Amino acid sequence: MTETFLGMPATAPPGVGHLRGDEPFPVAARRALADAQLRRNVGHATSTIRARSAAVIGEVPDWPQLRAAARAIKTDTMARLPELLEQLETAVGRAGGTVHWAADAVEANRIVTDLVRAAGVDRVMKVKSMATQEIGLNEALADAGIEPVETDLAELIVQLGDDRPSHILVPAIHRNRAEIREIFLREMPGVDPALTDEPAALAAAARRHLRETFLSTRVAVSGANFAVAETGTLAVVESEGNGRMCLTLPETLITVMGIEKVVPTWRDLEVFLQLLPRASTGERMNPYTSMWTGVTPGDGPQAFHLVLLDNGRSAVLADPVGREALHCIRCSACLNVCPVYERTGGHAYGSVYPGPIGAVLSPQLTGVADNASLPYASSLCGACYDACPVLIDIPSILVHLRAQAPHPRGEAAAMAAAAYAMDHPALYAAAQRGARLSRLAGPRGRGLPPPLSGWTASRDLPEPPPQTFRQWWADR
Amino acid sequence: MRVALFVTCLADTLFPQAAVATVRLLERLGHEVVFPEGQTCCGQMHVNTGYPDDALRLVRRHVRVFAPYDVVVAPSGSCVGSVRHQHATVARRAGDERLAARAGEVAARTYELSEFLVDVAGVTDVGAYYPHRVTYHPTCHSLRMLRVADRPLRLLRAVRGLELVELPQAEQCCGFGGTFAVKNPDTSTAMLADKMRHVLATRADVCTAGDVSCLMHIGGGLSRLRAGVRTVHLAEILASTEANPAGGVAATPATGGAR
Repeated sequence: MTETFLGMPATAPPGVGHLRGDEPFPVAARRALADAQLRRNVGHATSTIRARSAAVIGEVPDWPQLRAAARAIKTDTMARLPELLEQLETAVGRAGGTVHWAADAVEANRIVTDLVRAAGVDRVMKVKSMATQEIGLNEALADAGIEPVETDLAELIVQLGDDRPSHILVPAIHRNRAEIREIFLREMPGVDPALTDEPAALAAAARRHLRETFLSTRVAVSGANFAVAETGTLAVVESEGNGRMCLTLPETLITVMGIEKVVPTWRDLEVFLQLLPRASTGERMNPYTSMWTGVTPGDGPQAFHLVLLDNGRSAVLADPVGREALHCIRCSACLNVCPVYERTGGHAYGSVYPGPIGAVLSPQLTGVADNASLPYASSLCGACYDACPVLIDIPSILVHLRAQAPHPRGEAAAMAAAAYAMDHPALYAAAQRGARLSRLAGPRGRGLPPPLSGWTASRDLPEPPPQTFRQWWADR
Repeated sequence: MRVALFVTCLADTLFPQAAVATVRLLERLGHEVVFPEGQTCCGQMHVNTGYPDDALRLVRRHVRVFAPYDVVVAPSGSCVGSVRHQHATVARRAGDERLAARAGEVAARTYELSEFLVDVAGVTDVGAYYPHRVTYHPTCHSLRMLRVADRPLRLLRAVRGLELVELPQAEQCCGFGGTFAVKNPDTSTAMLADKMRHVLATRADVCTAGDVSCLMHIGGGLSRLRAGVRTVHLAEILASTEANPAGGVAATPATGGAR
């Protein structure tokens, strides 16, 4: 067998974008857990979405078959990703669009900034997009003197509040309506000072604020939920209609898309467009599905650019276990069922991709060493795997990544010693008999040293029994 | 039937009453129980903490010790889940396909207690008597890795004198997760607090489950609260009879609860 090794693909560069947090998960989680308002907001929102989603999924008799089909399509796509991306590039070009390849966040930001400058504008409107959040496009545009305006309501709340998104689908999930009203009053130019916190009033205020932007901005930046290789068609699904305004009104449309979003054929959309809304928003169908293929003379944007973003994805693809994370369609079903996410919210994960999928995706995009605490931000309860509409085995990937994570030296030594003792039954039995733990621990284990003191801060250890099972068995 | 008991390291060391009850129960139902003494630990803690290389020797030992037996039973959904879903992976990761194949064979003959009773022994009424108000926590690995479904509930419903009360949000994780409770103590404690709130809302005397690890966690929390609810392994309830209310289990300290 002959193989040419071209070297490991590069991970997402540090210092740009939002894939790395400032502190490890347990530290960030501690702060989030202390915020009772945040816990109430996130807990309320996730349990509401969970119930709605479960109800509409229950209506679909062939849900298991749909999940299996989605998984099969994704597995096939990943197996021939380069070929499909080239097919996509050809199809987009044929339809009058231009394709740009971005190896990482730095390159993608530069491409978009140059395109906006070439269009001669200093303001762009944006469709909510995880890819542009990932690469920190808003910051890059601002540095270049270009103002990005988020048009998704939740994303706008986050942007006006100088905040970070806390959820893939519901970026402002950590805010309640009273907090949103305060942000609008403080940050939204020309807002009615008598604004109430009624959801309809808040939405109307945002609509008034955005309408002027929609009508006067000539360049829009979007992400994409799907791209069809055979036709070069891009698709965005959304709930508010702001996306459709951005996709149809401007003269120039720039789409930044992770390379994993491609699907081979038009027919494949059938599967994902059934799975996505039910798994994510708990809707039977999302209110707006916008699709476009290159440019159409006299109708819609007359210039279309597609930026295909790698930013670590090829590195993920190189890992035979971890690559499944690229199947993700960003529905956030795993966030909504995760008991860890429900209590900490999204900011604790440091990355724009929070929750279980973030815990497997972010460390792979950056290299595990840069997000070493994330694979451990899970109790491995498995609820995410059950909820995932494309059947990503998140618990197995978490365990796989833990094996790659840098380990504290003391822990590694203790683990090796334990494995050695457990491989020598006489030694193991002696360790059991020694009951050293009980003497070390004191009454109910309250005297244990760190890190075990984390356990006994809130829980009692059981009293050591008078004899082990093994002793009982020998004596009977 | 001749049954090899896979006791699990945690039950052996800290909760022998769950293992003793398993022996008493299986013997009462007419099975011959053997205890392969070379067994120690399935290696799950090592695998789940990121030490598959250390786990390899434990997988090798487990497979060697249990390979001779036709039926292996453990009072732990979590450890059976590890045998079934991790052992072959650990072996394959180390490039040992032969070990992976043998691990697969052992896994196919290894059962969690409720699986063994309902599917293999074909019994749901084990003749138990346990006059208490009981709530059942379906541990994550029993629920999602093994899919034991309602087998434990069917066993509990057949217990005379037992009043079974439903646990609110039963399928939410209790926050143990092995070393998760040590590495993320605050999040683990927040999850535990909700689980305890739901247990207390049932006004049950006893919270039961098929895993001593989760019971250690929940029981440790309830003990700290001095909540008065005991945590008892499913095997202890099923081993208990009218003639022998403790199920023949030597008096050992309660796992949590009021002291």
